[in-house]
Amino acid sequence: MQFLQSVLLRLCTTLITLAGVAVIVFFVIRVVPGNPIAMMLPPGATEADVARLTALYGLDKSIPQQFLIWLSGVVQGDFGTSITTKQPVLQLVLSRLPATLELSVMALIIAIIIGGFMALTGTRLRGSKTEAAIDIGNGMALSVPDFLWGLILILAFGVLIPIFHISGRVTPSLPLPFSTNFYLTESLLRLRFDLWLDIAAHMFMPALALAIPLAAIISQLLKQSLKETMHLDYVTLARTKGYSETHVILREALPNAILPTLTLVGVQFTFLIGGTVIIERLFSYEGLGNMAIDAVINRDLPLIQGIVILFAVIFTGVNLLVDLTYAALNPRLRHA
Amino acid sequence: MSYLSIRNLSARLKGRPDQILRRVSLEVAAGEVRGLVGESGAGKSMIGKAILGTLPQSVEITGGQIILDGTDLLALPAAQRRTLIGAKCALIPQDPLTALNPSRRIGPQITNRLVDILHWSRADAEKRARDLLAEVQIPDPERVMRSYPHELSGGMRQRILIASAFAAEPKLIIADEPTTALDVTVQKQILKLIAAMQARHGTALLFVTHDLGVVSKVCQSLSVLYAGYVLEDSTIPEFFHAPKHPYSRALLAATPKYTDPDGSLTPVSDAVIAATRAEVEAADRSAHV
Amino acid sequence: MLDGRSAIRRKLPARLVLSATWLTLLTLAAICAPLIAPKDPLAQDLFLGQLPPFWLQGHEPGYLLGTDSLGRDVLSRILYGARLALTVALTAGTITCIIGATMGLLAGFLRGWVDILISRAIDIWMAFPPVLFSILLIAVLGPSLTSIIIAIVVIDWTRFARVIRAEAMTQGAMDYVASAQVAGRTRLSTMVTEILPNVLPTIVVLLTLEMGISIIVEAILSFVNLSISTDDPTWGGMIAEGRASIHQAWWVLVFPLITLFLTVLSFSQLGEGLKDRFDPVLR
Ligand SMILES: Nc1ncnc2c1ncn2[C@@H]1O[C@H](COP(=O)(O)OP(=O)(O)OP(=O)(O)O)[C@@H](O)[C@H]1O
Ligand SMILES: [Mg+2]
Repeated sequence: MQFLQSVLLRLCTTLITLAGVAVIVFFVIRVVPGNPIAMMLPPGATEADVARLTALYGLDKSIPQQFLIWLSGVVQGDFGTSITTKQPVLQLVLSRLPATLELSVMALIIAIIIGGFMALTGTRLRGSKTEAAIDIGNGMALSVPDFLWGLILILAFGVLIPIFHISGRVTPSLPLPFSTNFYLTESLLRLRFDLWLDIAAHMFMPALALAIPLAAIISQLLKQSLKETMHLDYVTLARTKGYSETHVILREALPNAILPTLTLVGVQFTFLIGGTVIIERLFSYEGLGNMAIDAVINRDLPLIQGIVILFAVIFTGVNLLVDLTYAALNPRLRHA
Repeated sequence: MSYLSIRNLSARLKGRPDQILRRVSLEVAAGEVRGLVGESGAGKSMIGKAILGTLPQSVEITGGQIILDGTDLLALPAAQRRTLIGAKCALIPQDPLTALNPSRRIGPQITNRLVDILHWSRADAEKRARDLLAEVQIPDPERVMRSYPHELSGGMRQRILIASAFAAEPKLIIADEPTTALDVTVQKQILKLIAAMQARHGTALLFVTHDLGVVSKVCQSLSVLYAGYVLEDSTIPEFFHAPKHPYSRALLAATPKYTDPDGSLTPVSDAVIAATRAEVEAADRSAHV
Repeated sequence: MLDGRSAIRRKLPARLVLSATWLTLLTLAAICAPLIAPKDPLAQDLFLGQLPPFWLQGHEPGYLLGTDSLGRDVLSRILYGARLALTVALTAGTITCIIGATMGLLAGFLRGWVDILISRAIDIWMAFPPVLFSILLIAVLGPSLTSIIIAIVVIDWTRFARVIRAEAMTQGAMDYVASAQVAGRTRLSTMVTEILPNVLPTIVVLLTLEMGISIIVEAILSFVNLSISTDDPTWGGMIAEGRASIHQAWWVLVFPLITLFLTVLSFSQLGEGLKDRFDPVLR
């Protein structure tokens, strides 16, 4: 009962946050100088043409009025029409969302694998030179943001040892048999491993750039939490039963040490998704972030609005999900 | 021939001169119960940890032998030593509240050693666990095996840990103050249970405690430890009737007798402690020459 | 345990010294750029385009680190770029720090509706993708140094507010604050005289980190061509150019990247080093 109540409360604050984002982004972009309508029209268009189009996009009304019209549309799932492509914003945004989601999830998986491996190795070899090296590596990885890691990866694996693709999502000449935009997932489901490999090789560099800082955070937190767990009596008891150190870490300590790391990874994952904007630009990857920057450069107001709102929905959604999973995974918390 | 024999075992904090164990020698015969007493910080737990190979990383063994059933543990490679200890020794820990893994059910925590280390079949191991739980007087073993630790009381958890210690029929059990974390009322039952289980299974037991009263009831022989140094090694009748060392005498005088719990007590005097210190240091010096 | 601790302590000066040295050198280079830069950073010479650095075949004397596609000297552009980077780091960092820390202090110490308002605002801010938000702000404000600074302040104040709010809350719950209150001081004066000095170390650490972040934000903005005017040398602008000509002239990307990397790393290591220094548990 109390659990349900706190869930409802969380939902309410989430809605308030989203409303706040909507208001701010709506008003900020109305201040943009430069008339997007004039930019659309061919040179030599008349005043009347401009006025007609302005009315069409509702830009002649007062800003609060525009907001109300936009809001009532949003409630019905209508985010307006993109000024540059003349397509519904929702459709455009949803067509790019899969690319960004696949990239983010891939990055998360890479971060968990690298971070987890580092934490376990550091715990297994605690006190050794290897652990010290891992600590230094973590410090470096945390100090430098994904943007710089992206550039370094481009140099290292795009130029120096060119083994990965450093731009695009898939080799353009390949015919794509897909019916959704989840290319990576769908190629796997259709058992088209040739395509899967090509897509993965394109995605790997941007995903790794996004993953490096998160991997360092996971490694640091999990190692800390594992080290504390390794001192506990049940771990010692397991050692006296004849288990190897590796087994003791993996089977006894890890399941108990992982929960605190999990919550933090949730929050950090939203930062990672925020990072896709610039990383997609850097790797010319056709996702939401790249589209967003184009939209800003082209002054495509409805599209910018739609993308920012979508990002906000993803962020708050991930946070909500993490809170709920945490509560569900920790039975003592739920009964309390 | 003793089942466990520790010879001249020395240990210290890594990179420091502080001795934690000073040429400790002690023997536990097969089926024997040996008490290990001494003030807090004397190094009692360290001896247990040295045997089981769970010393903290900051502590290093600087010399001596730990001979278990004819094999010197310290001369074995780590992996072999672990499996040997897993098969022949077991630990009854001090605090039942922290000695069970909170995220795993009780059943696997009892059977895992049998299945993983000793390669029993799962069915055999589970049957064994059920029998043992019944033997330590746990009602409804089936249900308990499916429970998580936080669903059980402290006394029940200690019974489970005792059952788990006896699961592989070890030849030697180390019990490190197995009752101090429990309620006074439960303590007696647990002590009786350990004594009964030990007698029935014929296991040798190294019993670490502060409590001479308990020693007199449970043990057959006794080592007195002070600052990592064994002051006295006696049988129980010898110790209680004619303790050899002045420190032991003072210790006895400071302990309430179970025959006369209200009798007058004298705390261990500073003079005795100073004399003992001096003796330990003198022994240290002569050992280094 | 003890050994680990003293190891950290011994390592500490090294990273503080190294990062402080690099930052000092960079600051000096930025200030003296007009004196030490070998060439005019804006001078183009299409005949001297994409010259390699001095140790490679085909280099031209005087162009130590080579030239970009327009024949501009990479080294001189890096030196002049440092001016913008450090200006942004100092001004944006400091202003963000002052505004963010004030918000955090007010929310954490006064609590009540002030806290509710500020915390809600932080929640909303956290739901914005920061890079996109900054790009949007620059688009709105028009590319200029002031716009960059405003964008950084508007986006990053929450970094300070979040941490300082939590610290002010713990400090505010302590006894010494209660006794200051009993002594009849106003809440604001208690905040300034009792709480502020205790959270100051945290503020200094965050400020150091924020300077590194500001430099990155500036680089990202010039990378998407939204920083100051396109001619002026910026590290991010050079990186964008280098990215475009990466297969023909890697040095146009590599040298500004190394400089940016070391600078950001130094700010961060300086911050972390200071944190260890200040942390009473480690002391
Ligand atoms: N993890 C550790 N690292 C370094 N020294 C330790 C550690 N644990 C214990 N010691 C030291 O080793 C010595 C022996 O400790 P030990 O735990 O064996 O004492 P004990 O006799 O079991 O005491 P108690 O009756 O309180 O359990 C003490 O001086 C103690 O300070
Ligand atoms: Mg002990």
